[in-house]
Amino acid sequence: MQAFEYASPTRKEQVATLLGEHGAILAGGTDLLALMKDDVVTPRRLVNIKQIETLRGTSYQPGNGLRIGALTTIADLVEDANVRQNYPVLAEAANEAASPQIRNLATIGGNMCQRPRCWYFRNGLGLMPVTADGKSMVLEGDNRYSAILGNTGPAYFVSPSTIAPVLIAYGAKIRLYSPSAPGSGVRELPLENFFVIPKSQKDSEHDLRPGELVIELVVPPPSQNVKIGTYEVRQRAAFDWPLAQATAVLEMDGNTVKSARIVLGHVAPIPWLDIGGAQEIIGKSITPETAMASANASVALARPLSHNKYKITLTKVAVKRALLKAAVHNSGGAA
Amino acid sequence: MSEYQWPDPATRPLLGKPISRVDGPVKVSGRAKYTYDYNPDGLLAGKILRCPYAHARITSLDTSVAERMSGVKAVHVIQGPGIEVFWAGDEIVGVAAVDEPTAEDAIRAIRVQYEVLPHFVSDAEPPKNIALDTGPMSRDNFEDMEDNQVPDEQVIAAIQRNGISFKPDEKYLKAAQESGVDPKVVQALRTAKYAEATTSRSPYKKTAVQTQGEPDKAFASAAAVSEGIYGASCITHCCLETHGMASEWPTDEDMTVHISTQNLSGIAGQVAEPLGIPAGNIQVLEQYIGGGFGSKFSPDRWGMTTAHLSKKAGGKPVKIMLERDAEQEVAGMRPSTFARVKIAADKEGKLVAWESRSWGTGGMGGGGTPPLPYIFEIPNQRKQNIAIATNQGSARAWRAPNHPQAAVISMGAIEDLAARMNLDPVELITRNLELTGTRKKIYRDELPIAAELMEWKKNWHPRGDKSPGPVKRGLGLSLHTWGGRGHNSDCDFTLHPDGSVEIKMATQDLGTGCRTLITIVAADTLGIPMENIKLLIGDSRYPVSGASGGSTTSGGVTSSTRRAAVDARQQLFAKVAPALQAKPEELEAVNGFVRVKSDPGRSLSWKEACSKMGAMPLTVRGKNPDKSKPPDLTNSGVGGVQMADVSVDTETGIVRVNRMVAVQDCGLVVDVKTAESQVLGALIMGISYALYEEKILDPVTGRMLNPNMEFYRLAGIADIGELKVHMMTGKGYDERGVIGLAEPPVVSPGAAISNAVANAIGVRVPFLPLTPDRVLAALEQGGAHASL
Repeated sequence: MQAFEYASPTRKEQVATLLGEHGAILAGGTDLLALMKDDVVTPRRLVNIKQIETLRGTSYQPGNGLRIGALTTIADLVEDANVRQNYPVLAEAANEAASPQIRNLATIGGNMCQRPRCWYFRNGLGLMPVTADGKSMVLEGDNRYSAILGNTGPAYFVSPSTIAPVLIAYGAKIRLYSPSAPGSGVRELPLENFFVIPKSQKDSEHDLRPGELVIELVVPPPSQNVKIGTYEVRQRAAFDWPLAQATAVLEMDGNTVKSARIVLGHVAPIPWLDIGGAQEIIGKSITPETAMASANASVALARPLSHNKYKITLTKVAVKRALLKAAVHNSGGAA
Repeated sequence: MSEYQWPDPATRPLLGKPISRVDGPVKVSGRAKYTYDYNPDGLLAGKILRCPYAHARITSLDTSVAERMSGVKAVHVIQGPGIEVFWAGDEIVGVAAVDEPTAEDAIRAIRVQYEVLPHFVSDAEPPKNIALDTGPMSRDNFEDMEDNQVPDEQVIAAIQRNGISFKPDEKYLKAAQESGVDPKVVQALRTAKYAEATTSRSPYKKTAVQTQGEPDKAFASAAAVSEGIYGASCITHCCLETHGMASEWPTDEDMTVHISTQNLSGIAGQVAEPLGIPAGNIQVLEQYIGGGFGSKFSPDRWGMTTAHLSKKAGGKPVKIMLERDAEQEVAGMRPSTFARVKIAADKEGKLVAWESRSWGTGGMGGGGTPPLPYIFEIPNQRKQNIAIATNQGSARAWRAPNHPQAAVISMGAIEDLAARMNLDPVELITRNLELTGTRKKIYRDELPIAAELMEWKKNWHPRGDKSPGPVKRGLGLSLHTWGGRGHNSDCDFTLHPDGSVEIKMATQDLGTGCRTLITIVAADTLGIPMENIKLLIGDSRYPVSGASGGSTTSGGVTSSTRRAAVDARQQLFAKVAPALQAKPEELEAVNGFVRVKSDPGRSLSWKEACSKMGAMPLTVRGKNPDKSKPPDLTNSGVGGVQMADVSVDTETGIVRVNRMVAVQDCGLVVDVKTAESQVLGALIMGISYALYEEKILDPVTGRMLNPNMEFYRLAGIADIGELKVHMMTGKGYDERGVIGLAEPPVVSPGAAISNAVANAIGVRVPFLPLTPDRVLAALEQGGAHASL
């Protein structure tokens, strides 16, 4: 690990200045420190935000929904009574993430900002690695874990968070702070818009502007008559990354799906809003047949690379099983 | 009965009982100190600059900036300009500095230029038109065959057929023989014809076809023939404590070495030679090791680098422990082996013919030749192997070298044949036990026990679980064997007049229970509690004991300890006899007393008895082997049976192990508890390599893509399922003597799990690990194996 300076502000207003051009934000550090030890990233200064008390804690109001401070740990999220009661699938996804040791340290803000697990990236070859003659290493090389959607290039990695797809399915928004932003300095955007597919080497996979800090996530109150299910296809029962993940939030009218939101994880460089799969299930009741039809629609636009065709199969299974889990789910609301 | 003979059950209070390991408390409390924990004052941090290319030539090297950096105490060039590097991660320069960050800064300041050369890292099936390799065998080729435990007759045949491209002198031959190379092989080297190395750059080395009996005729007249493809990908050793060594020079001529090794007594010689100092000047120390599995027998290049760096830094201690990525990339791998197999049986279900074309890689040296067909000496055979040289760190012995791969291939073929014949594989195997030679009785004992523990009759179904739903369940089995004869071992065994006992032996406890076994044997022989024994190991100044490789330690250390303990007891009896008014041979040491056998009331407590020795302690030397003190206390050739129960999600291709059963023989079991632990550990390791582990090399960069523990997956607690172990004991087993247990139980899990998956889903998934993509591909192809 290369030497770095360290700052530990107590107010969020101080962060942007301290970050400067070559700083990095330190929260749980579970991803950042590993990247630094491997020399994948080499920030000159770490700005520890754990002393900023206003970034801590969660609150829930039936009318307004859930606010999750950026420093809330994944373990806190799992244990949070409001989360367990009103957003059980979020608690479930949080509980499946990583290992107990990591969940105890990792924060929700950091989880949104974590870097991809692409092995070319983690081995120091870059997020969109190219060979000496300009070809994509991922396309030429071993892409068994790479994207099957949103993979027109040059980005082929998959978005690493298993919690973001669930939050997006719940309709969460992310709030970012920068003292130089107009008004209160807070910029709020739908969480799905926080994730972007980089189009060139200089692009980031997050819509995070220089000096900007994730301060909280806001999840709307669960509507009545909603059914929710999530499914991770994961090789190991122990700590592992999913090969495919799907979360479905379905607003029901009796036994019929009135509106649907399906979000896929680990299949694209961003959490993937699955429009086709959602369209397919609307107006239908959830049966193995309609779930399968929806799953097929989910991957209609998928494009396999040389080693990852199986991920299309797994994505279909994830969608089908998420829908079937939702069907037997006892309402996601407080009712 | 010889007094050295292992005691019978009636007169062995400890031996053969379940006893907790003696070093359990220091390990679970964190007090056990590993090489990693050796951090004396003034320790310098060593770091290695590694080559980022899979094949390259060093064109220039500039360490001047690094050498001038503050805090840098020594720089040592390992490979300089002009040298061709054959794998990514190979060592180029070592640096010692006051702390790790400074050493890393220095590494970054070193400028190396490479001419990047083409690399080859694929172990896919070789093209059909490979010519037979008739070129002479290089020293690397030869040592690779030995490391991979290629059968002696095959090595000799290759030496005689192809000649050799190196000129082994008598010193080399002597060293080879001392390190365990068979004298017949050494003789073949001595008389081999020399030939210039061929310049062929083909990565493929094809052996001559080996034929036995009349395979064509046997296949033609067989009642059933099955063809399939089987194999296992390259995996690593993935030791939790990475490789590493610390060196220091207390004087210009003396060295102290701390090293994570399986070969404590063998390290000094290997370190001394390149340094040009006497081996006797080097003290080698190790108390605990965090895993070796066959990868830790030598000081390695990084270890030697600590010696050079320390010398340059005025003798200060320098330690290098490998980073995880280096551990995965260069510190050990198990060769891949794949094979196309044809196997046939007659109408009684007797195996009559075998044909295999195998291939695989073990790094630059090629690969091991798997012992095919495994376990069953099928009368008619035709075999050919192609070793593929790839640009990656060379193979090292991985727990039971070549056996797990051979088991996956052979037991898979037998299971497929049984399915073709609509036979329960237990039945097919039982009908063929005659072909297992001397171990047939062992397997005949073990198979029903394993079947009972697995409830095989109740749970087994013909191939393809027909129950509804995507999750299918199945059972599979495999048989295995290993040698396991005890190695050479010496110990000094001292009785003190105060009744304490001290044993010194330059062995190592790999976590398998070596300390516990020595202590049990000593205490059992002297009739005193284990707490009375002070055991000193892990220091090369103690009497020499062999390397812990090939399951040789248990037989070796228990045999030398037994002989020493019996001799010490005799000497004590001679001193005590007058006080008890008896002859020495009339005495026994039981339950903390030395007493007269015919009149137990005439006794002295152990402590009183020892006080009769006078002022001075007595020391005896125990040895193994020792023909002057028969009988042979160790033996060779164990048998084991394992069965697996798996569930396969046919929609996702994910395999879960529900249960595994292991029935294992290792002759006389010294400690039932540590023996069972060792088998449990092997099952866990086996589940891991069956389902998860794979060393993935990138065709683009030639580098390992998963040199970590994130995508180099190991089984976690939740992945293991229920494990049952049954150790064979009693008549037929005890009297064989002590046999090592390290390798055998890790041979079968892959094969048993692969067979259980085939039984569950109705098609063979050809290669380990059984990952979702491979399972789904096999289901899609319906077992046709049309494309790979």
